[in-house]
Amino acid sequence: MARVLVQEAPFDMGAETAALSAGRTDVGGIASFLGVCRGDDGLAAMVLEHYPGMTGRAIGRIVADAEARWPLTGCTVIHRVGRILPGEPIVLVLTASAHRAAALEACAFLIDWLKTKAPFWKREEFAAGSHRWVEARAEDDAAAARWATPGA
Amino acid sequence: MRVLYFAWVRQKVGIAEEEIAPPAEVRDVAALVRWLAGRSPAHAAAFADPKQLRAAVNQDFAPPDHPVAANDEVAFFPPVTGG
Repeated sequence: MARVLVQEAPFDMGAETAALSAGRTDVGGIASFLGVCRGDDGLAAMVLEHYPGMTGRAIGRIVADAEARWPLTGCTVIHRVGRILPGEPIVLVLTASAHRAAALEACAFLIDWLKTKAPFWKREEFAAGSHRWVEARAEDDAAAARWATPGA
Repeated sequence: MRVLYFAWVRQKVGIAEEEIAPPAEVRDVAALVRWLAGRSPAHAAAFADPKQLRAAVNQDFAPPDHPVAANDEVAFFPPVTGG
Protein backbone atom coordinates (compact mmCIF):
# COMPACT_ATOMS: atom_id res chain seq x y z
CA MET A 1 0.00 0.00 0.00
CA ALA A 2 2.75 2.45 0.90
CA ARG A 3 4.73 4.12 -1.86
CA VAL A 4 8.48 4.22 -1.06
CA LEU A 5 10.98 5.71 -3.48
CA VAL A 6 14.71 6.48 -3.25
CA GLN A 7 15.76 8.51 -6.25
CA GLU A 8 18.04 11.25 -7.56
CA ALA A 9 15.28 13.07 -9.42
CA PRO A 10 13.08 15.77 -7.87
CA PHE A 11 9.49 14.82 -7.06
CA ASP A 12 6.09 16.44 -7.57
CA MET A 13 4.57 17.00 -4.14
CA GLY A 14 1.22 18.11 -5.59
CA ALA A 15 0.84 15.02 -7.74
CA GLU A 16 1.96 12.74 -4.89
CA THR A 17 -0.57 14.34 -2.53
CA ALA A 18 -3.42 14.11 -5.04
CA ALA A 19 -2.69 10.44 -5.63
CA LEU A 20 -3.43 9.59 -1.99
CA SER A 21 -7.10 10.60 -2.27
CA ALA A 22 -7.71 9.94 -5.98
CA GLY A 23 -10.67 7.67 -6.62
CA ARG A 24 -11.59 7.16 -2.96
CA THR A 25 -13.85 8.86 -0.42
CA ASP A 26 -12.53 7.44 2.88
CA VAL A 27 -9.63 9.90 3.24
CA GLY A 28 -10.31 12.71 5.72
CA GLY A 29 -6.85 14.25 5.91
CA ILE A 30 -3.38 14.12 4.42
CA ALA A 31 -0.40 15.30 6.48
CA SER A 32 2.90 16.18 4.88
CA PHE A 33 6.52 16.85 5.71
CA LEU A 34 8.78 18.29 3.03
CA GLY A 35 12.46 18.45 3.97
CA VAL A 36 14.36 21.19 2.13
CA CYS A 37 18.11 21.76 1.78
CA ARG A 38 19.16 24.85 3.78
CA GLY A 39 22.01 27.03 2.53
CA ASP A 40 23.71 27.67 5.90
CA ASP A 41 27.33 28.85 6.13
CA GLY A 42 27.91 29.21 2.39
CA LEU A 43 26.72 25.71 1.55
CA ALA A 44 27.05 25.04 -2.20
CA ALA A 45 25.43 21.60 -2.24
CA MET A 46 24.43 18.64 -0.09
CA VAL A 47 25.49 15.20 -1.31
CA LEU A 48 23.39 12.33 0.00
CA GLU A 49 24.84 8.84 0.04
CA HIS A 50 22.94 5.69 1.00
CA TYR A 51 23.30 1.92 1.34
CA PRO A 52 21.30 0.76 -1.69
CA GLY A 53 20.91 -2.85 -0.53
CA MET A 54 19.49 -1.79 2.82
CA THR A 55 17.66 1.50 2.30
CA GLY A 56 14.44 0.15 0.83
CA ARG A 57 14.10 -2.52 3.51
CA ALA A 58 14.85 -0.06 6.31
CA ILE A 59 12.25 2.43 5.09
CA GLY A 60 9.77 -0.38 4.47
CA ARG A 61 10.14 -1.51 8.07
CA ILE A 62 9.62 2.05 9.38
CA VAL A 63 6.52 2.44 7.20
CA ALA A 64 5.15 -0.93 8.35
CA ASP A 65 5.61 0.23 11.95
CA ALA A 66 3.64 3.41 11.22
CA GLU A 67 0.87 1.42 9.53
CA ALA A 68 0.67 -0.85 12.58
CA ARG A 69 0.35 2.12 14.97
CA TRP A 70 -2.08 4.35 13.06
CA PRO A 71 -5.04 3.59 10.76
CA LEU A 72 -3.57 5.01 7.55
CA THR A 73 -5.34 4.85 4.21
CA GLY A 74 -2.11 5.66 2.39
CA CYS A 75 1.51 6.62 2.92
CA THR A 76 4.25 7.96 0.65
CA VAL A 77 7.96 8.33 1.45
CA ILE A 78 10.33 9.73 -1.18
CA HIS A 79 13.97 10.33 -0.25
CA ARG A 80 16.37 11.86 -2.72
CA VAL A 81 20.04 10.89 -3.00
CA GLY A 82 22.94 12.43 -4.91
CA ARG A 83 23.74 16.13 -5.21
CA ILE A 84 21.07 18.52 -3.92
CA LEU A 85 21.27 22.33 -4.07
CA PRO A 86 20.13 24.77 -1.37
CA GLY A 87 16.40 25.39 -1.72
CA GLU A 88 15.74 22.00 -3.31
CA PRO A 89 13.58 19.37 -1.61
CA ILE A 90 15.33 16.35 -0.05
CA VAL A 91 12.59 14.21 1.46
CA LEU A 92 8.80 13.94 1.30
CA VAL A 93 6.57 12.14 3.81
CA LEU A 94 2.82 11.99 3.19
CA THR A 95 0.31 10.20 5.41
CA ALA A 96 -3.40 9.88 4.73
CA SER A 97 -6.09 8.79 7.16
CA ALA A 98 -9.78 9.19 7.91
CA HIS A 99 -8.95 11.65 10.69
CA ARG A 100 -6.26 14.27 11.21
CA ALA A 101 -4.67 13.01 14.42
CA ALA A 102 -3.55 9.72 12.89
CA ALA A 103 -2.20 11.45 9.76
CA LEU A 104 -0.31 14.14 11.72
CA GLU A 105 1.16 11.77 14.30
CA ALA A 106 2.19 9.16 11.72
CA CYS A 107 3.87 11.85 9.61
CA ALA A 108 5.91 13.12 12.58
CA PHE A 109 6.81 9.56 13.54
CA LEU A 110 7.97 8.71 10.02
CA ILE A 111 10.31 11.67 9.63
CA ASP A 112 11.72 11.21 13.15
CA TRP A 113 12.50 7.57 12.45
CA LEU A 114 13.75 8.19 8.91
CA LYS A 115 16.36 10.52 10.38
CA THR A 116 17.66 7.93 12.82
CA LYS A 117 16.89 4.48 11.35
CA ALA A 118 17.46 4.69 7.59
CA PRO A 119 20.99 4.39 6.09
CA PHE A 120 21.53 7.83 4.56
CA TRP A 121 24.53 10.12 5.08
CA LYS A 122 24.80 13.81 4.20
CA ARG A 123 28.00 15.51 3.08
CA GLU A 124 28.08 19.29 2.85
CA GLU A 125 30.03 20.94 0.03
CA PHE A 126 31.06 24.58 0.42
CA ALA A 127 31.73 27.26 -2.18
CA ALA A 128 35.43 27.40 -1.24
CA GLY A 129 35.78 23.71 -2.20
CA SER A 130 35.88 22.21 1.27
CA HIS A 131 33.42 19.59 2.46
CA ARG A 132 32.37 17.92 5.70
CA TRP A 133 30.16 15.01 6.72
CA VAL A 134 27.10 16.03 8.68
CA GLU A 135 27.21 14.66 12.23
CA ALA A 136 24.25 12.93 13.84
CA ARG A 137 22.41 15.18 16.30
CA ALA A 138 21.36 14.21 19.80
CA GLU A 139 18.09 16.11 19.25
CA ASP A 140 17.22 13.73 16.41
CA ASP A 141 17.82 10.72 18.66
CA ALA A 142 15.64 12.31 21.35
CA ALA A 143 12.88 13.03 18.83
CA ALA A 144 12.95 9.42 17.63
CA ALA A 145 13.05 8.06 21.18
CA ARG A 146 9.72 9.67 22.11
CA TRP A 147 8.00 7.17 19.79
CA ALA A 148 9.57 4.14 21.45
CA THR A 149 7.12 1.71 22.96
CA PRO A 150 7.73 -0.22 26.19
CA GLY A 151 9.37 -3.52 25.38
CA ALA A 152 10.12 -2.52 21.78
CA MET B 1 32.65 -12.30 3.95
CA ARG B 2 31.76 -9.15 2.07
CA VAL B 3 32.43 -5.88 3.88
CA LEU B 4 31.02 -2.53 2.74
CA TYR B 5 32.02 0.96 3.88
CA PHE B 6 29.97 4.14 3.68
CA ALA B 7 30.45 7.90 4.16
CA TRP B 8 33.67 8.89 5.99
CA VAL B 9 34.43 5.27 6.84
CA ARG B 10 34.68 4.57 3.09
CA GLN B 11 36.83 7.66 2.58
CA LYS B 12 39.21 6.71 5.39
CA VAL B 13 39.54 3.06 4.35
CA GLY B 14 39.93 4.17 0.74
CA ILE B 15 37.67 1.53 -0.81
CA ALA B 16 33.90 0.97 -0.89
CA GLU B 17 33.95 -2.79 -0.32
CA GLU B 18 36.20 -5.82 -0.03
CA GLU B 19 36.06 -9.59 0.30
CA ILE B 20 37.74 -10.81 3.47
CA ALA B 21 38.35 -14.12 5.21
CA PRO B 22 38.86 -13.38 8.90
CA PRO B 23 40.05 -16.19 11.20
CA ALA B 24 37.52 -18.34 13.03
CA GLU B 25 37.93 -16.47 16.31
CA VAL B 26 36.33 -13.37 14.73
CA ARG B 27 32.80 -14.22 15.76
CA ASP B 28 31.05 -10.90 16.25
CA VAL B 29 30.95 -7.32 14.98
CA ALA B 30 33.25 -6.01 17.73
CA ALA B 31 35.89 -8.66 16.99
CA LEU B 32 35.62 -7.91 13.28
CA VAL B 33 36.26 -4.20 13.97
CA ARG B 34 39.43 -5.08 15.89
CA TRP B 35 40.59 -7.45 13.13
CA LEU B 36 39.85 -4.97 10.31
CA ALA B 37 41.76 -2.22 12.16
CA GLY B 38 44.92 -4.32 11.76
CA ARG B 39 44.67 -4.69 7.99
CA SER B 40 46.33 -1.38 7.00
CA PRO B 41 47.05 2.11 8.35
CA ALA B 42 43.95 3.33 6.48
CA HIS B 43 41.78 0.69 8.16
CA ALA B 44 43.35 1.59 11.51
CA ALA B 45 42.38 5.24 11.00
CA ALA B 46 38.81 4.36 10.01
CA PHE B 47 38.31 1.97 12.93
CA ALA B 48 40.27 3.94 15.55
CA ASP B 49 37.17 4.87 17.57
CA PRO B 50 34.53 2.10 17.49
CA LYS B 51 32.07 4.36 19.33
CA GLN B 52 31.84 6.52 16.19
CA LEU B 53 30.89 3.50 14.06
CA ARG B 54 27.63 1.75 13.37
CA ALA B 55 27.26 -1.62 11.66
CA ALA B 56 24.78 -3.66 9.70
CA VAL B 57 24.86 -7.42 9.20
CA ASN B 58 23.00 -8.69 6.15
CA GLN B 59 21.42 -5.25 5.76
CA ASP B 60 19.98 -4.93 9.26
CA PHE B 61 21.49 -2.68 11.94
CA ALA B 62 23.59 -4.80 14.28
CA PRO B 63 25.10 -4.11 17.75
CA PRO B 64 28.76 -4.93 18.56
CA ASP B 65 27.88 -8.34 19.99
CA HIS B 66 25.96 -9.42 16.87
CA PRO B 67 27.49 -12.60 15.37
CA VAL B 68 29.20 -12.57 11.97
CA ALA B 69 29.78 -15.58 9.70
CA ALA B 70 31.64 -16.36 6.49
CA ASN B 71 28.81 -15.64 4.05
CA ASP B 72 27.55 -12.47 5.73
CA GLU B 73 27.46 -9.00 4.23
CA VAL B 74 28.73 -6.62 6.91
CA ALA B 75 28.63 -2.83 6.52
CA PHE B 76 30.34 -0.11 8.59
CA PHE B 77 29.32 3.53 8.60
CA PRO B 78 28.88 6.59 10.84
CA PRO B 79 25.55 7.28 12.60
CA VAL B 80 22.95 7.99 9.92
CA THR B 81 22.07 11.58 8.95
CA GLY B 82 19.25 11.35 6.42
CA GLY B 83 15.80 12.92 6.42
